[in-house]
Amino acid sequence: MDVYRAIADPTRRAILDELVDRSGQSLFELCSRLIMKHGINSSRQAITQHLDVLEAAGLIRTRREGRWKLHWFEGGPLKAIGERWPISTDERELEK
Amino acid sequence: MRIHLAGVLVDDQEKALRFYTETLGFQLKHNIPLGRHAWITVVSEEAPEGTELVLEPDEHPAARPFKEALVKDGIPYTSFAVDDVEAEHERLTAKGVRFVQPPTDLGPVITAVFDDTCGNLIQIQEEKPQP
Repeated sequence: MDVYRAIADPTRRAILDELVDRSGQSLFELCSRLIMKHGINSSRQAITQHLDVLEAAGLIRTRREGRWKLHWFEGGPLKAIGERWPISTDERELEK
Repeated sequence: MRIHLAGVLVDDQEKALRFYTETLGFQLKHNIPLGRHAWITVVSEEAPEGTELVLEPDEHPAARPFKEALVKDGIPYTSFAVDDVEAEHERLTAKGVRFVQPPTDLGPVITAVFDDTCGNLIQIQEEKPQP
């Protein structure tokens, strides 16, 4: 799954926003935040599919914590974007 | 018609009674032995004549897989109203209660979700005054 397709969807970007706000969320907490803070009232199944896409792109990771499953944000794959298109070539010059 | 009872399915009624009274602070209303189990209800001390919460055995074979699936996704079995979620979170954490979701501001409400130690997650909810 490529990172560009993963972040092309506004719901998936909202999921990442919420996981940056607090890492280690259950599906229930994520869905509550999406509906209450973003007006996104997709079904839990639909959100699970979005999470699968984000996980395949390496943008989130999941872990069983006791009896519940939590989701964490992983920013690593986004670094490739900044490396491919630096903010400005001048900036690169300055770093030298 | 009135809503007189609500229930939670618990894996151990005695343990549940201790958690719901000693830890959460509800009051025992009924404890009537019924064979291997008992009819146990608790009430809020703020509303002793209000809705009773039945601590029901989760013996039905479908009950445990159902509860485990809810817990895995962090879905609370039921929700209680509190005046101050932050204060309850602090009070219950000090008593060793485990929260899967700390107090979270969702706009009109603040919620948190904890483990009742009997196989359920429970949400507490504070309604914010409307501007």
